Amino acid sequence: MSTPGMAASDAGHDMAAGWMQNPVRLLVEQASYAYSASDRDAPDFTLGPVTFSARQREIVGIVGPNASGKSTLLRLLSGEIKGLSGRVELDGTPPGQLPLRERAQRIALVHQESTLLFPLRVWEYVLQGRYPYGRRLRFESPADCLLAENALAQVGAKALLDRRMNQLSGGEGQRVILARALAQQPLLLLLDEPTRSLDIGGKVELMRRLRRLAEENRYTVVVVTHELNLAAEFFDSIVLLQRGKCLASGKPADVYRRELLEQAFETALDVETNASGRPRVTLRGGADAQATETNPDAPKESGSR
Amino acid sequence: MRPLTPRRIAGICLALGAVLFVVVVFSLQVGAYPIAVSDVALTLVRGAIGHWNSIPPSDRLIVFGLRLPRIALGILVGAALSVSGASFQALLRNPLADPYVLGVSSGAALGAILALAWLPHTAWAMQGLAFLGALATIAAVYFLGRRKGQLDSTTLLLAGIITASFLSAIIMFLMTTVSGRDLRGMAFWLMGDLATPPAISLGFLFVILLIAIGAIYTTSSDLNLILTGEQEAHHLGVNIPRVKLVVYVSASLLTGLAVSVSGAIGYVGLLIPHVMRMLFGSDYRVLIPASAIGGAIAVALADTLARTIVAPTELPVGAMTAAIGAPVFIYLLRRRFA
Repeated sequence: MSTPGMAASDAGHDMAAGWMQNPVRLLVEQASYAYSASDRDAPDFTLGPVTFSARQREIVGIVGPNASGKSTLLRLLSGEIKGLSGRVELDGTPPGQLPLRERAQRIALVHQESTLLFPLRVWEYVLQGRYPYGRRLRFESPADCLLAENALAQVGAKALLDRRMNQLSGGEGQRVILARALAQQPLLLLLDEPTRSLDIGGKVELMRRLRRLAEENRYTVVVVTHELNLAAEFFDSIVLLQRGKCLASGKPADVYRRELLEQAFETALDVETNASGRPRVTLRGGADAQATETNPDAPKESGSR
Repeated sequence: MRPLTPRRIAGICLALGAVLFVVVVFSLQVGAYPIAVSDVALTLVRGAIGHWNSIPPSDRLIVFGLRLPRIALGILVGAALSVSGASFQALLRNPLADPYVLGVSSGAALGAILALAWLPHTAWAMQGLAFLGALATIAAVYFLGRRKGQLDSTTLLLAGIITASFLSAIIMFLMTTVSGRDLRGMAFWLMGDLATPPAISLGFLFVILLIAIGAIYTTSSDLNLILTGEQEAHHLGVNIPRVKLVVYVSASLLTGLAVSVSGAIGYVGLLIPHVMRMLFGSDYRVLIPASAIGGAIAVALADTLARTIVAPTELPVGAMTAAIGAPVFIYLLRRRFA
């Protein structure tokens, strides 16, 4: 069977790793980042230090309230922005030091949605994922087409091949965007709020799909999400952020502690344990909740970072 | 799945080339002194094989001396404007971008007029200053069109329109200093006119045209990705600053080239890329060459109409492209973006 991810592994990115017992692929150690509008001012926003790591076949969820730095962390992992201190390494190399094309062969970032100026066909869009593998002015080979088709098949969207991107529903479009990332044959798959435009059925389906893709293609997956319960259910570890600070990271059961979540989201919450042994977060009602919610709020930042 | 192949691009170019050839022959034929198709063909063949003496002198003068250079100029201008329009549309991620709308043509026109005023006898001054004017204008519009570091398409278009009107005001001011005899010629030129042959050899201009289009063509895969978003393109491995530099400079060069020889001809850069997209898809690897030939066809045809429709008087070709272009554009707008 030739799935995009397996071909990537065969290509030798981690051949040496094969005989070792699944070493750490993504290493984030005390990584921090600061953003300021001008050089003289104090930073407007700081992130970190954040520490976590992930092996292949593992999914990490980044959760936290709005403007807590989730997307910024994702951009840091992708190599798009440079950290202030600490380490971010993918198989031992900082992504920011890789040439752009090589980076795109190892890291795929899936955006929330693609705004297209001119409606492309689905296959044209997915074939764009093969860009990092070609020369500057390139024409797609039959092998590229096969990989694109496989990628679409892996997200269950093969039937959409000849449709136009602007005719797709939210869920369909989301799958096609994911397929383009698969066509990149990455080692690390980064997703920024992939569940945003989906209904609950679509969300669960996407989570199952990510789980299966991580397994089959040996991806390491990092997902920014607001879906606390789905993250707890489907992901291997969680990074909890609040206003740029990493409150906790680790297994869902370790991170999902009531006081931590209440501190992060400034909302009265309860944490129970599911039948599956995973934590489940629910709203706490009644007089109990009032006490927490009347907590004086620290000034909130607005906008998504 | 039907990925684009070099063979398909060649096929499309050949088909468009055939249309262009028909337009050229038609344009050679019509005018104040009509020539039969058979005579045009005979003259062309004789000229091609070097039998100059067997061509009747009147035909030789009209075909090779008057009509063919003007058609060639139209081809040059059409290809240049159309490709620079297609490039701006991708780079600015704006379907309404075009050298005319963005004020780049006005910037080039101002440069060309300044060259006429300051360096009237320097051969390359007009082209050079028109290029600099175009480059400075697109830089200004680009920075005016940004909001919070993001390129905002409405702000960008408004910035372009305002820049264009500001530059036009300066041009009008300069024109008041020109004597009455030159005024009509200049007004014609501003509206877009192919009647005046350029001071520089057409061959040189065509070499520059091909170099600039070629440079843009090397980035066509990158432009495809930039169309889906700059950030996404970056994450797919596109070197955005490099692509921007190559395309802005080349597209400004094309606009400067076109404006310096023909004035500001509108709608070609806006419309032709859209028509080509409808016909052949929005892949820039085919869109760039198709736009080049399509633009050549459009301007050559428009100029033929401009010099025959109210003969013996001639219209400026810019009036013709606007008269045809505006309604076609409204039709496309309602059909495509409604």
